[in-house]
Amino acid sequence: MGQTTLNIHPSAGQGGPTPPPPKDLYAKRLQIYPKLAHGRFRLVKWVVMAATLAVYYLLPWLRWDRGMGIPNQAVLADFQSEKFYFFFIEIWPQDIHFLAGLLILAALGLFLITSLLGRVWCGYTCPQTVWTDLYIWVERAFEGDRAARMRLDHAPWSFNKAWRKLGKHTVWLVIAFWTGGVFILYWHDAPTVAQGWFTGAAPLSAYWFAGILTLTTYFLAGWMREQVCTYMCPWPRIQGALTDEHALNVTYRYDRGEPRGPKRKSESWDNRGDCIDCDQCVQVCPVGIDIRNGSQLECIHCALCIDACDEMMTKIGRPTGLIAYDTDIAVAARAAHQTPPKFRILRSRIILYTLLIAGIGGLMVWGLATKATIEANVLKDRSPPYVQLSNGRIQNGYTLKLVNKVSEPRMMQVSITGIEGLTFAVVGFEHADDSPIDLPVEAFGVDRYRILVSAPEGAGQRQISISVHDIETGETDTNRASFRGPNQ
Amino acid sequence: MANDIRDVDDHSGVETTGHSWDGIKELNNPLPRWWLFVWYGTIIWAAIYMIFMPALPALPGLGTNTTGLRNHSDRDLVAAAVADLKSARVAQSASLLEASLEEIETDRSLQQFALAMGESLFGDNCATCHGAGGRGAVGYPMLADDVWLWDGTLDGIEYTLRHGIRHEGDDATRFSMMPSFGRDGLLSSDQIDGLTHYVLRGSGQPHDMEAAANVADLYQAQCASCHGANGTGDRLQGAPNLTDQEWLFGGSEAAIYNTIYNARNSHMPAWQDRLDDASIKALAVYVHTLGGGE
Repeated sequence: MGQTTLNIHPSAGQGGPTPPPPKDLYAKRLQIYPKLAHGRFRLVKWVVMAATLAVYYLLPWLRWDRGMGIPNQAVLADFQSEKFYFFFIEIWPQDIHFLAGLLILAALGLFLITSLLGRVWCGYTCPQTVWTDLYIWVERAFEGDRAARMRLDHAPWSFNKAWRKLGKHTVWLVIAFWTGGVFILYWHDAPTVAQGWFTGAAPLSAYWFAGILTLTTYFLAGWMREQVCTYMCPWPRIQGALTDEHALNVTYRYDRGEPRGPKRKSESWDNRGDCIDCDQCVQVCPVGIDIRNGSQLECIHCALCIDACDEMMTKIGRPTGLIAYDTDIAVAARAAHQTPPKFRILRSRIILYTLLIAGIGGLMVWGLATKATIEANVLKDRSPPYVQLSNGRIQNGYTLKLVNKVSEPRMMQVSITGIEGLTFAVVGFEHADDSPIDLPVEAFGVDRYRILVSAPEGAGQRQISISVHDIETGETDTNRASFRGPNQ
Repeated sequence: MANDIRDVDDHSGVETTGHSWDGIKELNNPLPRWWLFVWYGTIIWAAIYMIFMPALPALPGLGTNTTGLRNHSDRDLVAAAVADLKSARVAQSASLLEASLEEIETDRSLQQFALAMGESLFGDNCATCHGAGGRGAVGYPMLADDVWLWDGTLDGIEYTLRHGIRHEGDDATRFSMMPSFGRDGLLSSDQIDGLTHYVLRGSGQPHDMEAAANVADLYQAQCASCHGANGTGDRLQGAPNLTDQEWLFGGSEAAIYNTIYNARNSHMPAWQDRLDDASIKALAVYVHTLGGGE
């Protein structure tokens, strides 16, 4: 396995200059010990954390009555019967574009909020942030705040260190298991699968996914933390294109803070900035950066440095807001002793995103409101593509799938047209001409019919149209299908 | 090279193993620690696996392979899964047995079940010869059209499925035998030539008028008993219609000559020995709905 090197000049190393050894480009990760911040943003984050976790853990238990024989879980991705339930919305595999629309809406919403308020999604509501925050809270409960944690990590192993570490990882794993366990509730009836889980009756996939989610939660929130945001997540790269100098970001106001430096009580505030280099903003930072270096890729805009700085400013009797939500353009203007422009909400990109969201959202609502309750799918036999009957006519076979999305059985009228002299027969029915035929479809059913279409010899390769019509509601779904014959 | 001096490669700054061939030195880049541990892990895993799972082939005097503590056998698992499937289908299979073939085809739920079951059975057992969807092949009749050699009714198809065609060991099998007119010396080459043109004429293909006219009496004497006086065949004997465009073994001059000379008597096994009654009924309905059931 050893690498070999070709020594072209045996005398190399004595005569010519020796190239310098390759520089190590790998930087080891430095463990970050975020200090606990106090203040309004910390409070907001606690509240958001509680709310988002509550939604995640409790949502599958919410019931929603849909009538007999249909799952009564408010949010359920039912793979077994291929349906997705979301409160009053019911999505069939045929409506999968609604899910795509939902994802597009989510992306646009993220764009909009980023243009307005920077990375508030990252800082407050992203699951990675929420669970990491929860894990740090557990860590703090067992090992103390920043200074105590650093001491403990550098101390040699002792009983004290061991039980604290063991306790922390145990609670982490319990939370991780709980998280993974709740995830599977979204895919099956929650009470059934929760009971089945402990009696061994749950499907194997439930155990698998719970296990996978347990591990990812434990490693991503416990061990990887900010590395997920910095190295694994594409969002920090994308957000550079979305935010601009008009967006509200967590900003160090260098116009007020510089020149910075430590200050004794006896010294005057003249000719210096308000930043006293107390390092509090760095110590509370969960991604280990210095916000005073400006907007950075790593920054998730959690605003904890605002809390830390405000607390210190209050202590030393200076106005708060040295670090605050502000726009780059305002800070630059103040630094140049100009009046900062007012924060403008109505900017072209904001209007554009809002219009896009309204447009797509409107389309989806319209689509949902007028969603067809019948649907027909035609599948042509590929083997054989056609047959010639003894009377010379050309016959093609089709499978017609009729979908009924209402809770009553219905009759659907099927007519087939497109070729002169065409006739069709439905297997199991007395029918062999070109007149429409009524076919029954069960409640919430997908019924298959086998249809044999024949046309006179010489019809060649043609298109036929298969129309399904509900006489009562007036709904119609028309499908085109190819009709094959010998090439002429 | 002295043992106590580390030899470091100038260019890369990596220690060498001390081996050198023609001035090519081998660098000492040991495997990463994690890789080694994963490797040790797989060795331990292999040992554990051999204890619990079948691992070693049969050694002389030891019978079959080792079964391991778990006594695992994929073959048994498949057998159990097949048994499960059968028991899951018992109720619907029973309803197939009770219903007549016509009832199965017209009852919605029985039809869906029979067609689904028939499709998979057809793929496993019949498609090898008759092709997917019954498209047929040379020597193997197309089942998707309305040309039937023996019988295209539901009961007729079921009978063919049960007893097969020219199946030895089934007394009720569909049977007929066309003589090998040329090979057994019953007819001369010229006579077969003439009959070939007679058949070409009957099916509306280009032919030699004179040759065909010369054998009109010969056809009536040798062929008409099965294929009919006007060549439209006889279903009772499985004798094909010679006047249509449907040719099991080809309709060209050479192919027809070959058929008369050698005779073609193809076979189909009797499936009642291999499939249960419900399967045969499902298959009969499936084949009947392929496109040309009568």
